[in-house]
Amino acid sequence: MIPVEEFAARARSWLPGHMPPADPSAGHFFFADPTDRSDEHDLGRIERCRELQRRLFDGGFAGICVPAEYGGRGLTPAHQFAFNRELRGYDYPLEIQASTFIPCMAILLEFGTEEQKRRHIPPMLRGEEVWAQFLSEPGGGSDAAGAVTTATRDGEQWVLNGSKIWTTGAWYSDWAMCLARTNWEVEKHRGLTVFSLPVRSPGVEVHRIELLNGSKEFCQEFLTDVIVDDANRIGDIDGGWTVMTRWLHHERTIAGGSPYVTSAGSRGDSSPNDGRELARLARRLGAADDAGTLERLGEAQALGLVGDALIRSVTTKMQTGALPHHAAAMLRLFNGTATVRKAAIALEIAGAAGVVWDPDDAAVAQTGIGYLVRQAACIGGGTTEMARNVISERLLGMPREARADDGPFRDVARGPQ
Amino acid sequence: MFADTDDQQLFESATARFLESHYPIERVRELADHGTTFDPVLWRRAGELGWTTLLVPEQAGGGSISGNGLSDLLIVAGQFGQHASPGPLLPTNAVGAALGRWGSPAQRAGPLKEILAGDAVATWAHTSAGRRGAGIAAAAASGTVVLNGRVANVESAADARYLLLTADGPAGPSHYLVPLDHQRVHLTALRGVDLTRRFSQVHLDDVTLPEDSRVGAPGAADEHDDDLLDLVAVVTAGEITGAMRRAFDMTTEWTANRYSFGRPLNSYQEIKHRMADMRTQLEASEAVAARAGDAVGTGAPDARSWASAAMAYVARYGPELIQDCIQLHGGIGVTYDHDLHIFLRRAVLDANLFGSHGEFACRLGAMVARTEANVP
Repeated sequence: MIPVEEFAARARSWLPGHMPPADPSAGHFFFADPTDRSDEHDLGRIERCRELQRRLFDGGFAGICVPAEYGGRGLTPAHQFAFNRELRGYDYPLEIQASTFIPCMAILLEFGTEEQKRRHIPPMLRGEEVWAQFLSEPGGGSDAAGAVTTATRDGEQWVLNGSKIWTTGAWYSDWAMCLARTNWEVEKHRGLTVFSLPVRSPGVEVHRIELLNGSKEFCQEFLTDVIVDDANRIGDIDGGWTVMTRWLHHERTIAGGSPYVTSAGSRGDSSPNDGRELARLARRLGAADDAGTLERLGEAQALGLVGDALIRSVTTKMQTGALPHHAAAMLRLFNGTATVRKAAIALEIAGAAGVVWDPDDAAVAQTGIGYLVRQAACIGGGTTEMARNVISERLLGMPREARADDGPFRDVARGPQ
Repeated sequence: MFADTDDQQLFESATARFLESHYPIERVRELADHGTTFDPVLWRRAGELGWTTLLVPEQAGGGSISGNGLSDLLIVAGQFGQHASPGPLLPTNAVGAALGRWGSPAQRAGPLKEILAGDAVATWAHTSAGRRGAGIAAAAASGTVVLNGRVANVESAADARYLLLTADGPAGPSHYLVPLDHQRVHLTALRGVDLTRRFSQVHLDDVTLPEDSRVGAPGAADEHDDDLLDLVAVVTAGEITGAMRRAFDMTTEWTANRYSFGRPLNSYQEIKHRMADMRTQLEASEAVAARAGDAVGTGAPDARSWASAAMAYVARYGPELIQDCIQLHGGIGVTYDHDLHIFLRRAVLDANLFGSHGEFACRLGAMVARTEANVP
């Protein structure tokens, strides 16, 4: 196996000729998105991501930890992390890392059949298949195991009916991984099964949700008599929760630490509302020398550095077994609360300029709008409340919440549908 | 809690055993009533354990466990926090670091050697992260220097043989090493929140010293103080984290064993969620202190950012976490009989002594603003 240092050196010489530099003014997901961004712009960016992914693949830097028989390099997490360090300052396919590589590809690697892995993983690594997660439901919130989207067996096929929501990018995705109920007569965790299906299957209707900042990245899907071959089932019938626990784990590593994610921290040289970005804002507003501003810049920068230290330390401890994999919930909680605080700091620095602005000044507008939508950071990908449950119950061993849903799922109380 | 390698783990358990046997919490309470808490015999043994040599390079007589002495010292600091131990750990190591880096051959052969052996305690009249100005004036007079003025908040001055201070002279602020047994040096005892750490105001009234009492180049004190501040920021962040850990562990146990309305406190989701927040803050504090120890101890280019970030975060969340532990204990938590306040005292002292979390945040923010302004 190629030593990590040699691999990093190869990346260092390959990157300048093959990957474009990062655009520091580009947005970072929905937080700093221009509110008036067009669909054409978003679709163009996704096409660009597919192309950049293809370049990584051709250069031998896609699927660094994925076995060679599925198109990867068969190397170690240390190789991926080394590549990520070299990638800093370059543009890369940020927007398709989640959900395509985590959790979807990671779940296929762990639970997929040989045929499924050979069919899907190489096109994922080449940027040809972008995946979405059909997971949350309109009636469910954080209760993933309470899914009511139903899959009914019909010979070698399944018929899916129901609705999924909060799907990032379903409108431009090719495939989806979907959690569905296959048995209503047993306890809720024991009647679930995971499927994969093309997003453009007959019977799948994709609606886009408009967030309060104008972003239309999230979708709701309506599934009406959607036919899925049994060959597209992932894991055992009624064994979906076993898959889900890993699915949720991989989702929590989006904040950092996953061996399957290509990442340079973010697309540009900074993450939203980090110290340097806020310093730029303060300077433009003429407030850079103000002691209160400097303190806030430092607080934001410290949160970024602490988050970085936390990710590295918890990831290492999970790898060595010093902490159980549930410890990833601390990363999720820290990332959520720190992001929320940084959004507040940005507005504190901007003051009036963050709430009333010149229409030509999109950057300052994002400070106010970003503040309005900031709680998304504590909601999306599992709420921080769920993370607190995991930390207290699984890491600290505190008593589990009393359950009102441990009988057959058919008999569990539900609100008005 | 900060040990990484096998050798560091041995060092950590030896440190913990030493502190447990000599400074159990009952002993810490007893010492609260004593004017001095310093035990020269124990300090010499601390020297044998290696607590005094870690920030001093080998060629100057020091030595570390792992090659990064600051990361090793962080292990001791974490244990000091967990035990709320007395002892001039911080000031002695700061002066040791200064003499090891900038001391003259005579200063290394004399005072530094005594400090490393645990024979002498030394202390540092520091400037805080946010404030400047020495408070001491230096005047040159035919091969001697005359110091006048006073400095506050000097730890362990009554037990120390040497004081490193900054004095303003014609060349700007410079460091001097003052023997505290000088007859024109007077101490006024101060009081503070911590039960066992003692502070004095030091008055210098025409203290005449040989010119070679200066430590480092003339006018270099501010720059050197900034380097020392990076070191003590890491050590205090580590000590606060140790105090957090102890309070958190006490509260984990308390919420499991305390019943109200027929169920343990820790079965209430409100309590569970607060413990989850605290657990995360504790992990984050430990992580950033360790990372800062790596960066400062190896002289990384971003060392000052890490040291400042560690204190901006740990000094803010540490005392708050312990306050929340007190809240979860209810009335017993605010009594003198309960031990929680002993760890709160230690954390609050450390979180403010060298500057508040806000001052460290400002220090970091100023660096960010400077960097940003220089980047097109």
